[in-house]
Amino acid sequence: MTTSPDASAEPQAGPPVITVRGLHLYYRDFHALKNVSCDFAGRAITALIGPSGCGKSTLLRVFNRMNDLIEGVRLTGQVLIDGQDIYAKGVNLTQLRKKVGMVFQRPNPFPLSIFDNVVYGPRLHGRPRKAELEEIATRSLAAVGLWEEVKDRLGTPALSLTEEQQQRLCVARLLAVEPEILLMDEPCSALDPISTLAIEDLVSELKERFTVVIVTHNMQQAARVSDQTAFFNLKAQGEPGRLVEIDTTERIFSNPKEKATEDYISGRFG
Amino acid sequence: MTSKGIERLLLVLALSSVGSLALITFFIFWEGLPLILGTGPGDFLFSTHWAPTKGRFGIGAMIVSSVVVTLGALVLGVPLGLACAIVLAEFAPKRLKQVLKPTLELLAGIPSVVYGFLGVLWLVPLIREHLGGPGLSLLAAAVILGIMILPTIISISIDSLSAVPDLYRDGSLALGATRWQTVQRVVLPAARSGIITAIILGMGRAVGETMAVIMVAGNALKLPTSLLDPVRTLTSNIALELGYASGRHREALFATGVVLFVIIMILNLTAAAVTRRR
Ligand SMILES: Nc1ncnc2c1ncn2[C@@H]1O[C@H](COP(=O)(O)OP(=O)(O)O)[C@@H](O)[C@H]1O
Ligand SMILES: [Mg+2]
Repeated sequence: MTTSPDASAEPQAGPPVITVRGLHLYYRDFHALKNVSCDFAGRAITALIGPSGCGKSTLLRVFNRMNDLIEGVRLTGQVLIDGQDIYAKGVNLTQLRKKVGMVFQRPNPFPLSIFDNVVYGPRLHGRPRKAELEEIATRSLAAVGLWEEVKDRLGTPALSLTEEQQQRLCVARLLAVEPEILLMDEPCSALDPISTLAIEDLVSELKERFTVVIVTHNMQQAARVSDQTAFFNLKAQGEPGRLVEIDTTERIFSNPKEKATEDYISGRFG
Repeated sequence: MTSKGIERLLLVLALSSVGSLALITFFIFWEGLPLILGTGPGDFLFSTHWAPTKGRFGIGAMIVSSVVVTLGALVLGVPLGLACAIVLAEFAPKRLKQVLKPTLELLAGIPSVVYGFLGVLWLVPLIREHLGGPGLSLLAAAVILGIMILPTIISISIDSLSAVPDLYRDGSLALGATRWQTVQRVVLPAARSGIITAIILGMGRAVGETMAVIMVAGNALKLPTSLLDPVRTLTSNIALELGYASGRHREALFATGVVLFVIIMILNLTAAAVTRRR
Protein backbone atom coordinates (compact mmCIF):
# COMPACT_ATOMS: atom_id res chain seq x y z
CA MET A 1 0.00 0.00 0.00
CA THR A 2 1.31 3.41 -0.88
CA THR A 3 1.29 5.82 1.97
CA SER A 4 3.94 8.39 1.12
CA PRO A 5 3.26 10.86 -1.64
CA ASP A 6 6.47 10.05 -3.54
CA ALA A 7 5.88 6.32 -3.70
CA SER A 8 2.86 6.67 -5.98
CA ALA A 9 4.52 9.15 -8.29
CA GLU A 10 5.05 7.64 -11.69
CA PRO A 11 7.34 9.19 -14.27
CA GLN A 12 4.49 10.52 -16.41
CA ALA A 13 2.13 11.46 -13.60
CA GLY A 14 2.21 14.62 -11.50
CA PRO A 15 2.24 14.86 -7.71
CA PRO A 16 -0.76 13.44 -5.85
CA VAL A 17 -3.88 15.50 -6.23
CA ILE A 18 -6.03 13.42 -3.91
CA THR A 19 -4.64 12.14 -0.63
CA VAL A 20 -6.60 9.91 1.71
CA ARG A 21 -5.38 9.21 5.24
CA GLY A 22 -6.93 6.69 7.62
CA LEU A 23 -10.43 7.05 6.19
CA HIS A 24 -13.27 5.19 7.87
CA LEU A 25 -16.81 5.61 6.62
CA TYR A 26 -20.03 4.44 8.24
CA TYR A 27 -23.62 4.29 7.01
CA ARG A 28 -25.23 4.57 10.45
CA ASP A 29 -23.91 1.41 12.19
CA PHE A 30 -22.56 -0.17 9.03
CA HIS A 31 -18.81 0.17 8.63
CA ALA A 32 -18.45 0.55 4.84
CA LEU A 33 -14.82 1.61 4.42
CA LYS A 34 -12.08 0.68 6.83
CA ASN A 35 -8.81 2.54 7.21
CA VAL A 36 -8.23 3.58 3.61
CA SER A 37 -5.02 5.48 2.86
CA CYS A 38 -3.81 6.22 -0.64
CA ASP A 39 -2.68 8.86 -3.10
CA PHE A 40 -4.13 9.54 -6.52
CA ALA A 41 -1.80 11.13 -9.02
CA GLY A 42 -2.70 14.21 -11.00
CA ARG A 43 -3.25 14.10 -14.76
CA ALA A 44 -3.53 10.36 -14.63
CA ILE A 45 -6.29 7.81 -14.56
CA THR A 46 -6.79 5.78 -11.42
CA ALA A 47 -9.05 2.77 -11.67
CA LEU A 48 -10.90 1.45 -8.62
CA ILE A 49 -11.62 -2.25 -8.89
CA GLY A 50 -13.01 -4.85 -6.55
CA PRO A 51 -16.06 -6.99 -5.90
CA SER A 52 -19.47 -5.44 -5.63
CA GLY A 53 -20.20 -3.88 -2.24
CA CYS A 54 -16.56 -3.20 -1.32
CA GLY A 55 -17.17 0.54 -1.23
CA LYS A 56 -15.87 1.83 -4.57
CA SER A 57 -18.84 4.09 -5.21
CA THR A 58 -18.80 5.15 -1.59
CA LEU A 59 -15.15 6.23 -1.86
CA LEU A 60 -15.86 8.11 -5.07
CA ARG A 61 -18.67 10.02 -3.35
CA VAL A 62 -16.25 10.93 -0.56
CA PHE A 63 -14.27 13.04 -2.99
CA ASN A 64 -17.11 15.39 -3.96
CA ARG A 65 -18.95 14.98 -0.67
CA MET A 66 -22.05 13.55 -2.34
CA ASN A 67 -22.23 11.23 0.69
CA ASP A 68 -23.35 14.28 2.66
CA LEU A 69 -26.75 13.84 1.00
CA ILE A 70 -27.22 10.39 2.51
CA GLU A 71 -28.69 10.43 5.99
CA GLY A 72 -26.57 8.84 8.70
CA VAL A 73 -23.21 8.91 6.93
CA ARG A 74 -20.26 9.46 9.26
CA LEU A 75 -16.61 9.62 8.36
CA THR A 76 -13.28 9.89 10.13
CA GLY A 77 -9.80 10.36 8.76
CA GLN A 78 -8.50 12.91 6.32
CA VAL A 79 -9.16 13.61 2.67
CA LEU A 80 -6.99 16.22 1.01
CA ILE A 81 -7.49 17.58 -2.47
CA ASP A 82 -4.62 19.77 -3.64
CA GLY A 83 -3.50 19.78 -0.02
CA GLN A 84 -6.83 21.13 1.28
CA ASP A 85 -8.87 19.14 3.78
CA ILE A 86 -12.22 18.94 2.02
CA TYR A 87 -14.00 17.95 5.24
CA ALA A 88 -12.66 20.93 7.17
CA LYS A 89 -15.16 23.44 8.55
CA GLY A 90 -16.21 26.16 6.13
CA VAL A 91 -15.44 24.25 2.93
CA ASN A 92 -17.59 25.63 0.11
CA LEU A 93 -19.47 22.64 -1.33
CA THR A 94 -20.32 24.47 -4.54
CA GLN A 95 -16.65 25.24 -5.19
CA LEU A 96 -15.63 21.69 -4.29
CA ARG A 97 -18.17 20.13 -6.64
CA LYS A 98 -17.26 22.51 -9.44
CA LYS A 99 -13.68 21.37 -9.08
CA VAL A 100 -14.48 17.69 -8.54
CA GLY A 101 -17.06 16.61 -11.10
CA MET A 102 -18.88 13.29 -11.30
CA VAL A 103 -20.20 11.08 -14.10
CA PHE A 104 -22.81 8.61 -12.94
CA GLN A 105 -23.38 4.95 -13.66
CA ARG A 106 -26.52 5.60 -15.67
CA PRO A 107 -26.41 8.53 -18.06
CA ASN A 108 -28.49 11.23 -16.36
CA PRO A 109 -28.97 14.18 -18.68
CA PHE A 110 -31.68 16.50 -17.39
CA PRO A 111 -35.03 16.44 -19.19
CA LEU A 112 -34.05 19.68 -20.91
CA SER A 113 -32.63 20.48 -24.33
CA ILE A 114 -29.11 19.43 -25.28
CA PHE A 115 -27.96 23.03 -25.09
CA ASP A 116 -29.55 23.65 -21.68
CA ASN A 117 -27.84 20.52 -20.38
CA VAL A 118 -24.38 21.59 -21.45
CA VAL A 119 -24.64 25.12 -20.11
CA TYR A 120 -26.42 24.06 -16.91
CA GLY A 121 -23.29 24.45 -14.78
CA PRO A 122 -22.09 27.79 -16.17
CA ARG A 123 -25.58 29.19 -15.66
CA LEU A 124 -25.54 28.06 -12.03
CA HIS A 125 -22.28 29.72 -11.28
CA GLY A 126 -22.79 33.06 -12.97
CA ARG A 127 -24.74 35.02 -15.52
CA PRO A 128 -22.81 34.41 -18.70
CA ARG A 129 -23.96 36.11 -21.88
CA LYS A 130 -25.53 34.14 -24.71
CA ALA A 131 -22.40 34.29 -26.86
CA GLU A 132 -20.29 32.97 -24.00
CA LEU A 133 -22.72 30.12 -23.41
CA GLU A 134 -22.64 29.17 -27.07
CA GLU A 135 -18.87 29.21 -26.97
CA ILE A 136 -18.84 26.96 -23.90
CA ALA A 137 -21.38 24.58 -25.44
CA THR A 138 -19.40 24.28 -28.65
CA ARG A 139 -16.13 23.68 -26.83
CA SER A 140 -17.55 21.16 -24.36
CA LEU A 141 -19.47 19.19 -26.96
CA ALA A 142 -16.44 19.15 -29.24
CA ALA A 143 -14.27 17.88 -26.39
CA VAL A 144 -16.45 14.79 -26.04
CA GLY A 145 -16.80 14.27 -29.79
CA LEU A 146 -20.48 15.11 -29.86
CA TRP A 147 -20.43 18.48 -31.61
CA GLU A 148 -20.67 17.24 -35.18
CA GLU A 149 -23.54 14.91 -34.30
CA VAL A 150 -25.72 17.41 -32.47
CA LYS A 151 -24.74 20.88 -33.69
CA ASP A 152 -27.90 21.16 -35.80
CA ARG A 153 -30.27 20.11 -33.04
CA LEU A 154 -29.06 21.72 -29.85
CA GLY A 155 -32.65 22.61 -29.01
CA THR A 156 -33.96 19.04 -29.05
CA PRO A 157 -34.49 17.13 -25.79
CA ALA A 158 -31.34 15.48 -24.46
CA LEU A 159 -33.35 12.35 -23.70
CA SER A 160 -33.81 11.75 -27.44
CA LEU A 161 -30.10 10.91 -27.75
CA THR A 162 -28.76 7.36 -27.62
CA GLU A 163 -27.41 6.15 -24.26
CA GLU A 164 -23.83 6.58 -25.41
CA GLN A 165 -24.52 10.10 -26.64
CA GLN A 166 -26.26 10.83 -23.36
CA GLN A 167 -23.22 9.70 -21.40
CA ARG A 168 -20.99 11.86 -23.60
CA LEU A 169 -23.35 14.74 -22.99
CA CYS A 170 -23.03 14.18 -19.24
CA VAL A 171 -19.25 14.41 -19.59
CA ALA A 172 -19.62 17.56 -21.71
CA ARG A 173 -21.94 19.04 -19.09
CA LEU A 174 -19.18 18.44 -16.57
CA LEU A 175 -16.38 19.86 -18.70
CA ALA A 176 -18.41 23.04 -19.10
CA VAL A 177 -17.81 23.94 -15.43
CA GLU A 178 -14.06 23.40 -15.95
CA PRO A 179 -13.42 20.83 -13.24
CA GLU A 180 -9.97 19.54 -12.36
CA ILE A 181 -10.92 16.09 -11.21
CA LEU A 182 -13.39 13.74 -12.89
CA LEU A 183 -15.01 10.97 -10.89
CA MET A 184 -16.60 8.26 -13.00
CA ASP A 185 -18.70 5.52 -11.45
CA GLU A 186 -18.86 2.65 -13.94
CA PRO A 187 -19.62 5.12 -16.74
CA CYS A 188 -19.94 2.34 -19.31
CA SER A 189 -22.07 -0.14 -17.43
CA ALA A 190 -25.25 0.92 -19.24
CA LEU A 191 -23.57 0.87 -22.67
CA ASP A 192 -22.97 -1.74 -25.35
CA PRO A 193 -19.38 -2.89 -26.11
CA ILE A 194 -18.80 -0.51 -29.02
CA SER A 195 -20.07 2.50 -27.12
CA THR A 196 -17.94 1.37 -24.20
CA LEU A 197 -14.81 1.51 -26.33
CA ALA A 198 -15.80 4.95 -27.56
CA ILE A 199 -16.23 6.26 -24.03
CA GLU A 200 -12.94 4.66 -23.02
CA ASP A 201 -11.18 6.56 -25.80
CA LEU A 202 -12.78 9.70 -24.50
CA VAL A 203 -11.57 8.96 -20.97
CA SER A 204 -8.01 8.39 -22.23
CA GLU A 205 -8.08 11.74 -24.00
CA LEU A 206 -9.37 13.49 -20.90
CA LYS A 207 -6.31 12.33 -18.98
CA GLU A 208 -4.26 14.98 -20.77
CA ARG A 209 -6.09 17.69 -18.88
CA PHE A 210 -7.75 16.10 -15.89
CA THR A 211 -7.22 13.83 -12.96
CA VAL A 212 -9.58 10.92 -13.50
CA VAL A 213 -10.80 8.36 -10.96
CA ILE A 214 -12.87 5.65 -12.57
CA VAL A 215 -14.73 2.75 -10.97
CA THR A 216 -15.06 -0.27 -13.18
CA HIS A 217 -16.15 -3.87 -13.00
CA ASN A 218 -14.43 -4.57 -16.24
CA MET A 219 -10.83 -5.71 -15.80
CA GLN A 220 -9.96 -5.23 -19.45
CA GLN A 221 -11.20 -1.69 -19.17
CA ALA A 222 -9.08 -0.99 -16.09
CA ALA A 223 -6.06 -2.50 -17.83
CA ARG A 224 -6.69 -0.55 -21.03
CA VAL A 225 -7.32 2.93 -19.73
CA SER A 226 -5.75 3.42 -16.32
CA ASP A 227 -2.27 4.37 -15.17
CA GLN A 228 -2.83 3.36 -11.60
CA THR A 229 -5.16 0.76 -10.12
CA ALA A 230 -6.53 0.41 -6.60
CA PHE A 231 -7.92 -2.95 -5.59
CA PHE A 232 -10.55 -3.02 -2.86
CA ASN A 233 -11.89 -6.11 -1.18
CA LEU A 234 -14.07 -7.24 1.66
CA LYS A 235 -13.84 -10.39 3.74
CA ALA A 236 -17.51 -11.16 3.35
CA GLN A 237 -20.77 -9.42 2.59
CA GLY A 238 -21.52 -7.06 5.48
CA GLU A 239 -17.83 -6.67 6.37
CA PRO A 240 -16.16 -3.31 5.74
CA GLY A 241 -14.37 -2.71 2.44
CA ARG A 242 -10.59 -2.28 2.60
CA LEU A 243 -7.95 -1.11 0.19
CA VAL A 244 -5.81 -4.15 -0.57
CA GLU A 245 -3.23 -2.43 -2.71
CA ILE A 246 -2.68 0.44 -5.07
CA ASP A 247 0.07 0.48 -7.65
CA THR A 248 0.72 1.13 -11.31
CA THR A 249 -1.78 -0.68 -13.44
CA GLU A 250 1.01 -2.62 -15.09
CA ARG A 251 2.21 -4.06 -11.80
CA ILE A 252 -1.28 -4.76 -10.46
CA PHE A 253 -2.09 -6.77 -13.56
CA SER A 254 1.28 -8.50 -14.06
CA ASN A 255 2.65 -9.17 -10.58
CA PRO A 256 0.62 -7.78 -7.73
CA LYS A 257 2.04 -7.89 -4.23
CA GLU A 258 -1.06 -9.42 -2.69
CA LYS A 259 -2.41 -12.86 -3.37
CA ALA A 260 -6.01 -11.56 -3.12
CA THR A 261 -5.40 -9.13 -5.97
CA GLU A 262 -4.01 -11.84 -8.19
CA ASP A 263 -6.92 -14.16 -7.40
CA TYR A 264 -9.49 -11.51 -8.10
CA ILE A 265 -7.92 -10.39 -11.36
CA SER A 266 -7.29 -13.87 -12.73
CA GLY A 267 -10.80 -14.87 -11.67
CA ARG A 268 -12.31 -11.92 -13.49
CA PHE A 269 -10.19 -12.38 -16.60
CA GLY A 270 -10.72 -16.15 -16.70
CA MET B 1 -69.23 -18.30 -7.26
CA THR B 2 -66.96 -19.24 -10.13
CA SER B 3 -64.37 -16.76 -11.33
CA LYS B 4 -66.26 -16.50 -14.62
CA GLY B 5 -69.34 -15.53 -12.66
CA ILE B 6 -67.45 -12.92 -10.64
CA GLU B 7 -66.02 -11.51 -13.83
CA ARG B 8 -69.50 -11.14 -15.29
CA LEU B 9 -70.87 -9.57 -12.14
CA LEU B 10 -68.03 -7.01 -12.13
CA LEU B 11 -68.65 -6.25 -15.77
CA VAL B 12 -72.35 -5.62 -15.09
CA LEU B 13 -71.49 -3.33 -12.16
CA ALA B 14 -68.94 -1.43 -14.25
CA LEU B 15 -71.35 -1.03 -17.13
CA SER B 16 -74.16 0.13 -14.87
CA SER B 17 -72.01 2.85 -13.31
CA VAL B 18 -70.82 4.04 -16.69
CA GLY B 19 -74.40 3.77 -17.90
CA SER B 20 -75.81 5.87 -15.07
CA LEU B 21 -73.17 8.54 -15.72
CA ALA B 22 -74.16 8.60 -19.37
CA LEU B 23 -77.82 8.83 -18.35
CA ILE B 24 -77.18 11.75 -16.04
CA THR B 25 -75.29 13.58 -18.76
CA PHE B 26 -78.06 12.92 -21.24
CA PHE B 27 -80.72 14.01 -18.77
CA ILE B 28 -78.99 17.32 -17.97
CA PHE B 29 -78.67 18.17 -21.65
CA TRP B 30 -82.20 16.97 -22.42
CA GLU B 31 -83.67 19.22 -19.75
CA GLY B 32 -81.39 22.19 -20.28
CA LEU B 33 -80.59 22.48 -23.97
CA PRO B 34 -84.09 23.47 -25.21
CA LEU B 35 -84.10 26.54 -22.96
CA ILE B 36 -80.62 27.61 -24.11
CA LEU B 37 -81.72 27.29 -27.74
CA GLY B 38 -85.06 28.98 -27.00
CA THR B 39 -83.50 31.98 -25.21
CA GLY B 40 -80.68 32.04 -27.71
CA PRO B 41 -77.20 30.96 -26.54
CA GLY B 42 -75.86 34.52 -26.76
CA ASP B 43 -78.58 35.94 -24.57
CA PHE B 44 -78.41 33.08 -22.09
CA LEU B 45 -74.63 33.21 -21.67
CA PHE B 46 -74.00 36.95 -21.85
CA SER B 47 -77.09 38.70 -20.50
CA THR B 48 -76.81 39.56 -16.81
CA HIS B 49 -80.56 39.79 -16.32
CA TRP B 50 -81.80 36.81 -14.31
CA ALA B 51 -85.51 37.14 -13.44
CA PRO B 52 -87.04 33.69 -13.83
CA THR B 53 -90.56 34.85 -12.86
CA LYS B 54 -90.43 37.42 -15.68
CA GLY B 55 -89.03 34.91 -18.15
CA ARG B 56 -85.56 36.51 -18.23
CA PHE B 57 -82.79 33.95 -18.14
CA GLY B 58 -79.31 35.50 -18.45
CA ILE B 59 -76.51 33.88 -16.47
CA GLY B 60 -73.72 36.27 -17.55
CA ALA B 61 -73.20 37.70 -14.05
CA MET B 62 -72.97 34.21 -12.56
CA ILE B 63 -70.47 33.05 -15.15
CA VAL B 64 -68.31 36.08 -14.40
CA SER B 65 -68.69 35.46 -10.66
CA SER B 66 -67.77 31.79 -10.98
CA VAL B 67 -64.74 32.64 -13.08
CA VAL B 68 -63.50 35.41 -10.79
CA VAL B 69 -64.09 33.38 -7.62
CA THR B 70 -62.20 30.46 -9.16
CA LEU B 71 -59.31 32.63 -10.34
CA GLY B 72 -59.18 34.22 -6.89
CA ALA B 73 -59.02 30.77 -5.31
CA LEU B 74 -56.16 29.85 -7.65
CA VAL B 75 -54.25 33.05 -6.93
CA LEU B 76 -54.31 32.09 -3.25
CA GLY B 77 -54.22 28.32 -3.46
CA VAL B 78 -51.63 27.68 -6.15
CA PRO B 79 -48.63 29.57 -4.70
CA LEU B 80 -49.43 28.37 -1.19
CA GLY B 81 -50.04 24.78 -2.27
CA LEU B 82 -46.99 24.62 -4.50
CA ALA B 83 -44.76 26.12 -1.84
CA CYS B 84 -46.08 23.61 0.65
CA ALA B 85 -45.57 20.71 -1.78
CA ILE B 86 -42.01 21.81 -2.59
CA VAL B 87 -41.06 22.12 1.06
CA LEU B 88 -42.58 18.76 1.96
CA ALA B 89 -41.27 16.87 -1.08
CA GLU B 90 -37.81 18.42 -1.37
CA PHE B 91 -36.69 19.96 1.89
CA ALA B 92 -38.54 18.44 4.84
CA PRO B 93 -37.24 15.29 6.51
CA LYS B 94 -38.86 12.16 5.06
CA ARG B 95 -40.66 11.38 8.28
CA LEU B 96 -42.34 14.79 8.41
CA LYS B 97 -43.61 14.25 4.87
CA GLN B 98 -44.92 10.81 5.79
CA VAL B 99 -46.94 12.33 8.62
CA LEU B 100 -48.06 15.59 7.01
CA LYS B 101 -49.10 14.36 3.56
CA PRO B 102 -51.88 12.04 4.78
CA THR B 103 -52.96 14.72 7.26
CA LEU B 104 -53.29 17.24 4.46
CA GLU B 105 -55.18 14.73 2.37
CA LEU B 106 -57.54 14.31 5.29
CA LEU B 107 -58.43 18.01 4.90
CA ALA B 108 -60.01 17.10 1.58
CA GLY B 109 -62.46 14.93 3.46
CA ILE B 110 -63.83 17.70 5.69
CA PRO B 111 -67.41 18.41 4.52
CA SER B 112 -67.64 21.70 2.67
CA VAL B 113 -70.37 22.92 4.99
CA VAL B 114 -67.74 23.01 7.72
CA TYR B 115 -65.49 25.23 5.63
CA GLY B 116 -68.49 27.44 4.92
CA PHE B 117 -69.36 27.58 8.61
CA LEU B 118 -65.83 28.62 9.54
CA GLY B 119 -65.98 31.21 6.78
CA VAL B 120 -69.21 32.73 8.12
CA LEU B 121 -67.93 32.66 11.67
CA TRP B 122 -64.45 34.12 11.17
CA LEU B 123 -63.68 35.25 7.67
CA VAL B 124 -66.84 37.18 6.84
CA PRO B 125 -66.74 39.35 10.01
CA LEU B 126 -63.02 39.90 9.47
CA ILE B 127 -63.63 41.22 5.96
CA ARG B 128 -66.59 43.33 7.05
CA GLU B 129 -64.67 44.98 9.86
CA HIS B 130 -61.34 45.52 8.17
CA LEU B 131 -62.13 45.94 4.49
CA GLY B 132 -65.73 47.09 4.52
CA GLY B 133 -68.74 45.92 2.54
CA PRO B 134 -71.18 43.28 3.74
CA GLY B 135 -68.42 40.74 4.39
CA LEU B 136 -70.32 38.08 2.46
CA SER B 137 -68.39 38.59 -0.74
CA LEU B 138 -66.44 37.42 -3.72
CA LEU B 139 -63.29 37.75 -1.63
CA ALA B 140 -64.66 35.53 1.15
CA ALA B 141 -65.62 32.86 -1.39
CA ALA B 142 -62.22 33.02 -3.09
CA VAL B 143 -60.35 32.68 0.21
CA ILE B 144 -62.44 29.74 1.40
CA LEU B 145 -62.10 28.00 -1.97
CA GLY B 146 -58.36 28.76 -2.03
CA ILE B 147 -58.06 26.84 1.23
CA MET B 148 -60.35 24.04 0.07
CA ILE B 149 -58.29 23.31 -3.05
CA LEU B 150 -55.01 23.13 -1.09
CA PRO B 151 -55.17 19.38 -0.37
CA THR B 152 -55.74 18.59 -4.05
CA ILE B 153 -52.91 20.79 -5.23
CA ILE B 154 -50.46 19.78 -2.51
CA SER B 155 -51.10 16.07 -2.73
CA ILE B 156 -50.86 15.76 -6.52
CA SER B 157 -47.86 18.11 -6.67
CA ILE B 158 -46.01 16.12 -4.03
CA ASP B 159 -46.68 12.93 -5.98
CA SER B 160 -45.32 14.43 -9.18
CA LEU B 161 -42.26 15.93 -7.46
CA SER B 162 -41.54 12.59 -5.80
CA ALA B 163 -41.78 10.88 -9.17
CA VAL B 164 -38.78 12.87 -10.46
CA PRO B 165 -35.83 10.44 -10.32
CA ASP B 166 -33.07 11.21 -7.79
CA LEU B 167 -30.62 10.75 -10.63
CA TYR B 168 -31.55 14.24 -11.84
CA ARG B 169 -31.12 15.76 -8.40
CA ASP B 170 -27.76 14.06 -7.93
CA GLY B 171 -26.59 15.22 -11.34
CA SER B 172 -27.47 18.80 -10.53
CA LEU B 173 -26.02 18.80 -7.01
CA ALA B 174 -22.83 17.18 -8.27
CA LEU B 175 -22.39 20.13 -10.62
CA GLY B 176 -22.32 22.42 -7.60
CA ALA B 177 -25.97 23.47 -7.60
CA THR B 178 -27.68 24.27 -4.31
CA ARG B 179 -30.82 22.37 -3.28
CA TRP B 180 -32.98 25.30 -4.29
CA GLN B 181 -31.28 25.74 -7.67
CA THR B 182 -31.83 22.03 -8.26
CA VAL B 183 -35.53 22.27 -7.46
CA GLN B 184 -35.99 25.37 -9.56
CA ARG B 185 -34.02 24.34 -12.63
CA VAL B 186 -34.44 20.57 -12.84
CA VAL B 187 -37.09 19.15 -10.53
CA LEU B 188 -39.89 21.64 -11.23
CA PRO B 189 -39.51 21.49 -15.03
CA ALA B 190 -39.42 17.69 -14.84
CA ALA B 191 -42.59 17.64 -12.73
CA ARG B 192 -44.34 20.29 -14.78
CA SER B 193 -47.11 18.21 -16.29
CA GLY B 194 -48.05 16.76 -12.90
CA ILE B 195 -48.16 20.19 -11.36
CA ILE B 196 -50.33 21.54 -14.16
CA THR B 197 -52.68 18.61 -13.62
CA ALA B 198 -52.82 19.43 -9.92
CA ILE B 199 -53.76 23.01 -10.68
CA ILE B 200 -56.44 22.04 -13.18
CA LEU B 201 -58.00 19.53 -10.81
CA GLY B 202 -57.94 22.14 -8.04
CA MET B 203 -59.63 24.52 -10.44
CA GLY B 204 -62.33 21.93 -11.17
CA ARG B 205 -62.92 21.55 -7.45
CA ALA B 206 -63.24 25.34 -7.08
CA VAL B 207 -65.66 25.72 -10.00
CA GLY B 208 -67.87 22.92 -8.74
CA GLU B 209 -67.93 23.73 -5.02
CA THR B 210 -71.39 24.78 -3.89
CA MET B 211 -72.24 24.70 -0.21
CA ALA B 212 -69.28 26.66 1.17
CA VAL B 213 -69.71 29.27 -1.56
CA ILE B 214 -73.42 29.75 -0.89
CA MET B 215 -72.64 30.31 2.77
CA VAL B 216 -70.01 33.03 2.31
CA ALA B 217 -70.52 34.62 -1.13
CA GLY B 218 -73.67 36.63 -0.42
CA ASN B 219 -75.53 35.35 -3.51
CA ALA B 220 -76.49 38.76 -4.94
CA LEU B 221 -77.70 38.74 -8.52
CA LYS B 222 -75.48 41.34 -10.12
CA LEU B 223 -72.25 41.74 -11.94
CA PRO B 224 -69.56 42.29 -9.28
CA THR B 225 -67.57 45.53 -9.52
CA SER B 226 -65.35 44.95 -6.52
CA LEU B 227 -63.87 42.05 -4.57
CA LEU B 228 -66.07 43.04 -1.65
CA ASP B 229 -69.33 42.69 -3.61
CA PRO B 230 -71.60 39.77 -2.82
CA VAL B 231 -71.88 37.41 -5.78
CA ARG B 232 -73.76 34.33 -6.92
CA THR B 233 -71.92 31.53 -8.75
CA LEU B 234 -73.37 29.02 -11.21
CA THR B 235 -73.45 26.23 -8.65
CA SER B 236 -75.07 28.45 -6.02
CA ASN B 237 -77.75 29.47 -8.49
CA ILE B 238 -78.84 25.88 -9.05
CA ALA B 239 -78.75 24.92 -5.40
CA LEU B 240 -80.58 28.02 -4.22
CA GLU B 241 -83.48 27.91 -6.67
CA LEU B 242 -84.02 24.28 -7.60
CA GLY B 243 -86.22 23.70 -4.54
CA TYR B 244 -89.07 25.88 -5.78
CA ALA B 245 -88.42 26.14 -9.52
CA SER B 246 -90.81 24.70 -12.06
CA GLY B 247 -91.42 24.85 -15.79
CA ARG B 248 -89.10 27.16 -17.74
CA HIS B 249 -87.39 28.23 -14.53
CA ARG B 250 -86.47 24.64 -13.79
CA GLU B 251 -85.22 24.21 -17.34
CA ALA B 252 -83.08 27.31 -16.94
CA LEU B 253 -81.44 25.77 -13.87
CA PHE B 254 -80.66 22.64 -15.85
CA ALA B 255 -79.26 24.89 -18.56
CA THR B 256 -76.98 26.43 -15.92
CA GLY B 257 -75.94 22.86 -15.15
CA VAL B 258 -75.13 22.30 -18.82
CA VAL B 259 -72.75 25.28 -18.78
CA LEU B 260 -71.07 24.00 -15.59
CA PHE B 261 -70.83 20.52 -17.04
CA VAL B 262 -69.11 21.81 -20.15
CA ILE B 263 -66.65 23.93 -18.14
CA ILE B 264 -65.69 21.00 -15.90
CA MET B 265 -65.46 18.60 -18.85
CA ILE B 266 -63.05 20.96 -20.58
CA LEU B 267 -60.94 21.23 -17.43
CA ASN B 268 -60.79 17.46 -16.94
CA LEU B 269 -59.99 16.76 -20.57
CA THR B 270 -57.21 19.34 -20.42
CA ALA B 271 -55.85 17.67 -17.29
CA ALA B 272 -55.98 14.27 -18.98
CA ALA B 273 -54.26 15.61 -22.10
CA VAL B 274 -51.49 17.25 -20.06
CA THR B 275 -50.91 14.07 -18.06
CA ARG B 276 -50.78 11.92 -21.16
CA ARG B 277 -48.27 14.22 -22.91
CA ARG B 278 -45.46 13.30 -20.50
N1 LIG C 1 -26.97 4.89 0.93
C1 LIG C 1 -26.52 3.82 1.59
N2 LIG C 1 -27.03 3.50 2.79
C2 LIG C 1 -26.60 2.41 3.46
N3 LIG C 1 -25.66 1.57 3.01
C3 LIG C 1 -25.11 1.83 1.80
C4 LIG C 1 -25.52 2.96 1.03
N4 LIG C 1 -24.81 2.96 -0.13
C5 LIG C 1 -24.00 1.88 -0.07
N5 LIG C 1 -24.16 1.20 1.08
C6 LIG C 1 -23.46 -0.02 1.50
O1 LIG C 1 -22.08 0.25 1.51
C7 LIG C 1 -21.36 -0.83 0.93
C8 LIG C 1 -20.53 -0.31 -0.23
O2 LIG C 1 -21.39 0.09 -1.27
P1 LIG C 1 -20.86 0.70 -2.63
O3 LIG C 1 -19.94 1.82 -2.30
O4 LIG C 1 -22.03 1.02 -3.46
O5 LIG C 1 -20.04 -0.52 -3.23
P2 LIG C 1 -19.53 -0.76 -4.71
O6 LIG C 1 -19.71 0.50 -5.49
O7 LIG C 1 -18.11 -1.15 -4.53
O8 LIG C 1 -20.33 -1.88 -5.25
C9 LIG C 1 -22.38 -1.86 0.51
O9 LIG C 1 -22.46 -2.87 1.51
C10 LIG C 1 -23.67 -1.10 0.46
O10 LIG C 1 -24.75 -1.92 0.80
MG1 LIG D 1 -20.91 0.92 -7.21
